[in-house]
Amino acid sequence: MFGPLIVKPAKSKGDKTGSWRIKSKPSFLQKNCIACKLCLLICPENCISGKEKNAFAVDYNFCKGCGLCAIVCLKNDIEMIEEASSKTG
Amino acid sequence: MREFLEGSRAIAEIIKRVKPGVISAYPITPQTHIVEELASMVANGELNSQFINVESEHSAASVVLGASATGVRVFTATSSQGLLYMAEVIFNIAGLRLPLVMTCANRAVSAPINIWNDQQDSISLRDAGWIQLYAENNQEAVDFHLIGYRISEDKAVMLPVMVCMDGFILTHGLEPLDLPEQDKVDKFLPSYKPLYKLDPNEPLTMGILADPDYYLEARYAIQETFKDVLRILPKVADEFSAIFVRDYKDLLIEEYFTKDAEKIIVSMGSVCGTIKEVVDELRKKGKKVGLLRIISYRPFPYARVYEALKNCPKIAVLDKAVSLGAYAPLASEIKVSFSNKKKSPKVISSFVAGLGGRDITLESIREIFRKLNVKEISQDFIDLKPELLTEAYGK
Amino acid sequence: MENRPLFKSGHTACAGCAQAIAARIVIETAGPNTIIANNTGCLEVFSTRYPETAWNVPWIHSLFENAASVASGIEAALAYMGKKEGINVIVQAGDGGTADIGLQALSGMWERGHDILSICYDNEAYENTGIQRSGLTPYGTNTTTSPAGIKSIGNPRPKKLIPEIALAHGIPYVATASVAFIPDLQRKIKKAISIKGPKYIQISVPCPLGWRHEPSETLLAAKLAVETGLYPLIEYENGSLVSCRKIAPKPVDEYLKMQGRYKHILNNLEEIKKIQGIADDNIKRYNLLEVKTS
Repeated sequence: MFGPLIVKPAKSKGDKTGSWRIKSKPSFLQKNCIACKLCLLICPENCISGKEKNAFAVDYNFCKGCGLCAIVCLKNDIEMIEEASSKTG
Repeated sequence: MREFLEGSRAIAEIIKRVKPGVISAYPITPQTHIVEELASMVANGELNSQFINVESEHSAASVVLGASATGVRVFTATSSQGLLYMAEVIFNIAGLRLPLVMTCANRAVSAPINIWNDQQDSISLRDAGWIQLYAENNQEAVDFHLIGYRISEDKAVMLPVMVCMDGFILTHGLEPLDLPEQDKVDKFLPSYKPLYKLDPNEPLTMGILADPDYYLEARYAIQETFKDVLRILPKVADEFSAIFVRDYKDLLIEEYFTKDAEKIIVSMGSVCGTIKEVVDELRKKGKKVGLLRIISYRPFPYARVYEALKNCPKIAVLDKAVSLGAYAPLASEIKVSFSNKKKSPKVISSFVAGLGGRDITLESIREIFRKLNVKEISQDFIDLKPELLTEAYGK
Repeated sequence: MENRPLFKSGHTACAGCAQAIAARIVIETAGPNTIIANNTGCLEVFSTRYPETAWNVPWIHSLFENAASVASGIEAALAYMGKKEGINVIVQAGDGGTADIGLQALSGMWERGHDILSICYDNEAYENTGIQRSGLTPYGTNTTTSPAGIKSIGNPRPKKLIPEIALAHGIPYVATASVAFIPDLQRKIKKAISIKGPKYIQISVPCPLGWRHEPSETLLAAKLAVETGLYPLIEYENGSLVSCRKIAPKPVDEYLKMQGRYKHILNNLEEIKKIQGIADDNIKRYNLLEVKTS
């Protein structure tokens, strides 16, 4: 008999850690982006995707709102905005 | 093929025949001869195996853990302090459900430091999730290693096996024995096909964190698997005897003149050879005495013990270990075998003997039979020297 | 890589965790043909909580201190099967798992010469258990087991020099890196896995929780640690220093004042001087000064 023992990555969807955000979330302005990918490289959640200029986006299901992407953006094209006041948790 | 060999050498010979891919060990008396032999086999090209010399037993167990998780058959051996130092890894290997076989050359535990035989080391790790088989002689020790791999790698088991053999008495003892032939070994033990393994082609995560929602079931699964092992051991013993002739019955217990016995000693390991001699001697004198030998200490065969002892009025349990502050370990198990049962012996007396290599003589066994009377003895240390108990410190 | 992320979203690291960044960079650089053995610690806990896993490579955790030995077994098994070529074996741990409880196993692994890359994610304390001091906690740091008080300045000892201990084993590659300098980190990982034998990389990974700075300041903290000289980025091949990151040293105050773990000494000039002394010693020892062209 086997109980919880091994996880196959394909079966793991991950925790929806986006619910952790309490203050702010990144907004990708998609105006001055040069596709340097620094945001993608630095994101601790690995939840930013994109290849072309002005086409990067964040998956809010996972984003914890640390703000590192906005800090590293060379073109100030990522802005941290207030979480909607209706949001709980 | 009948050979006259040292026990450790015989173990190395059977390990060579099961062809482990990785062997790792750290020196400790009385286990060292086993791995020295294996190291020399690897050095001489007789055995194709990675022999990893480590800086501690903790690492020896961890190396074979990692190799087993990578899908390779592995072997290690230890004793006493080494086993205790491994303890954390010992629990971990079972929890990870990794098959492997390890020899425990049974030795006393420090302090005082003592390199001689008792069974305190392996018994102290009885709760770790390992199958523990205790050998009476070197033929059994050899065969139990082979059987151990077969059980450990069974897809329905996937638990480690510790073959316990009394240090020096067996490891350094010379006996004539049959070394299983390679073709028969291969027939009995097919090459290892892991149920899961670390492989970049099929990534998986092993050694997960299980929070209170999951941990209980992981442990329950092992407990249930031990029930399966009680059923699997007799089947494997049958298959073993079909190939190798030697018959270990159900591999759980051995009954020696128990059927009509009025007094039975229960014990484990090499001391059972001595007990058999005394049983033979007393039987010749018309005394109805017998021996019940526990082979599988984990899983513990409660039902078989009950059946074997239920009609005997007087039972003596001989432990070569203590549970300081409680009943001796084997005595506790024997007593529990009768809880909520219809029949029960009138007397279950507990005797501790042989700690730290104190010789258990024929006379020691006779004394146990003599002391086995109407009055139950909760715990008696055989061959104790009271004159050594007079030290007074701080006065 | 985008099709098959090797370190996936949905792990439970704190916001702004530098270890999560570094761990992803390590495995993305090493690639899918990698097997990881991980000591107990933050990374293990936040990435493999059943029934989830962040790892899309074979990954195993056994205990706090034995991953180096587990990895040795993995490498030995691969060697036995003739599969070692093309598969990287990585052993990773935090600073406690590397410098304290795991050092013996690591030393054994280095000494035996296994073809394994060991990574230390150095966040300078036992952050997983609640910010207790480790052998890699810097001098003067306020932790829960080296608390500042009228009779204590915080952690009384400097960081243990694990890179030098690694070098003493005669292993072919030893480097320090920082999450603030990702291209440098990537280069060092690539370099390390191209070399056969034991390799050691120690990565500075600030911990917002333990260092007490804002999650968005993770990179700033890592950057200042390097730019003050407190965390020299050095690289050794076969025992020789082959590179170091040159700096125009910033005063340590700038680094200390952004972190709550040094709040207790911000007005203590004598202690700040001592910490500046540690930075100055590093600068001298590794020749970190930028050469100005006139």
